[in-house]
Amino acid sequence: MGEKVLMKGNEAIGEAAIRANCAGFFGYPITPQTEVSAYMAKKMPKIGRIFLQAESEVAAINMVYGAAGTGVRCMTSSSSPGISLKAEGISYIAGAELPCVIIDIVRGGPGLGSIQPAQSDYHQVTKGLGHGDYNMPVFAPASIQEMVDLITDAFDIADEYRSPVMVMGDGMMGQMMEPVEFKERPAKVLPEKTWAANGLNGRKEHNVINSLYLEAELLEQHNIHLQKKFKAMKENEVRYELYNCDDECDLIFVAYGTTSRICKSVIGLAAKEGIKLGMVRPITVWPFPTEAFEKTIGKTKNGYLAVEMSCGQMVDDVRAAVLGRKPVEFYGRSGGMIPEPQDILDKVKELVGGAK
Amino acid sequence: MAVVFEKPKALIDVSTHYCPGCTHGIIHRLVAEVIDELGIIDKTIGVAPVGCSVLAYNYFACDMFEAAHGRAPACATGIKRTNPDKVVFTYQGDGDLAAIGAAEIVHAAARGEKITTIFVNNCIYGMTGGQMAPTTLPGQRTETSPYGRNVETEGYPIRVSEMLSTLDGAYYVERVSVDTVPNVIKAKKAIKKAFENQLAGKGFSIVEVLSICPTNWGLSPIESMQWLKDNMIPYYPLGVKKDKSIGEVV
Repeated sequence: MGEKVLMKGNEAIGEAAIRANCAGFFGYPITPQTEVSAYMAKKMPKIGRIFLQAESEVAAINMVYGAAGTGVRCMTSSSSPGISLKAEGISYIAGAELPCVIIDIVRGGPGLGSIQPAQSDYHQVTKGLGHGDYNMPVFAPASIQEMVDLITDAFDIADEYRSPVMVMGDGMMGQMMEPVEFKERPAKVLPEKTWAANGLNGRKEHNVINSLYLEAELLEQHNIHLQKKFKAMKENEVRYELYNCDDECDLIFVAYGTTSRICKSVIGLAAKEGIKLGMVRPITVWPFPTEAFEKTIGKTKNGYLAVEMSCGQMVDDVRAAVLGRKPVEFYGRSGGMIPEPQDILDKVKELVGGAK
Repeated sequence: MAVVFEKPKALIDVSTHYCPGCTHGIIHRLVAEVIDELGIIDKTIGVAPVGCSVLAYNYFACDMFEAAHGRAPACATGIKRTNPDKVVFTYQGDGDLAAIGAAEIVHAAARGEKITTIFVNNCIYGMTGGQMAPTTLPGQRTETSPYGRNVETEGYPIRVSEMLSTLDGAYYVERVSVDTVPNVIKAKKAIKKAFENQLAGKGFSIVEVLSICPTNWGLSPIESMQWLKDNMIPYYPLGVKKDKSIGEVV
């Protein structure tokens, strides 16, 4: 057992990446994730690794493209407007099948929005971000400990599937402090990076990192290959938590990240009033845990309530999973406003009516 | 019988997609000859741009990347920083480097990235069919400046080499041309120097190569060479713009 240390979310992200053997970090300052860069700037040079502040988010993600293409583990980090800028590069990275980790500490939008916490990048990150047919795994941790653990997994999954992997927190997760333990884990056996363009070193055939397929038949073949990979991710990498769903519920929350913590409080408050609530907490928001709804659909009297710090984005995936079999309702705050437990409870009471 | 001329080993033996008369073939060959002569093919990594030379990764025999439009210097930065023992070069055209990738090249130069950039300037977007580039000359007709580039509305061409030579991080900046045999020989010397600088651990080196585009200029290859000499060289003077090894700006 390692010791527990009190760390700010953004700094814990940096430390977790370092421990996952991240060899290069390419960043650009943007609130509320700038501490990730600052932490890496302080630590990486001291252990002979690369920290570089890029001239733009666009350049930072393309530096990741370059470094990842040589087979080294690398990462970039940003917040919502910066993630929009990285969309181009992430599409190329997905197309060229390069492993890397991308952090999104979400703030309010659209546009320059605000610097307060939000979950309004959900549509953007779960639908691939950039142009073309692709997805990437997106983890949505609910505590700094979970964030740290998932970053290690993110690097492994990236290498295993040759894919970008995102870890998405919100401004709250980035800025708050919690005790974390950096667990020693046995290194996972991962495929050798024989595709890496890191110099021939005697190799006969050159390696090319590329996403261009000028012949339609070949691009379609490439897309079919990518889709098989995404299917495998959906089958093997989906993660979620079912909380308080063992017995029949009056209503089941669907919430991830910060809002899932608030919902846990509401579940406690409601219990005191005789209302039984459960929660489906997606840990991967892509792949979305559709199976969690198959397991719970028979256990909820009044369906589901998606609670988000957005104007209603994840709720679309919930509706797609529930397929009209039970009601799906939504409660959200946006712009950097955090949902209050009492307001959520009021919404619950409105929905369950005399159910209790 | 002694072999007096053969394809460089750093070029794969395939036909290229370049138009008849295009000078990309000459410039590819010069880069490949330099890689051969320096014996660095095992540790060289090239970055191709978007534009006419987008498929350069099919021609160079070293490991290659195809970067997003204009992002080759950022991609090369990521490669070189995490693989400092490798030789990294970008090969970019004028639309890629001087328009959409202006920020990337300026900052790679400003940081003194230890990479080599081959910048092919032919005053036009070739791949997309002859549109106005940031280096299109005043009065030059293109698909998107059909009445000739009007500096009042389209602004002025960018002299990339002169601009980059003002940056402290730039170690070596030279503009060459491939319009004549003597100029081709000078171009090769410059390209070789740009690679040697990197091997010596020096900072950012760029060679701007004035090049022709007969297809989109609507001229024959011979007429194009003359057009380059008459129009491009006066606006884009050849020579060393900066060489920190001799400590002077020419």
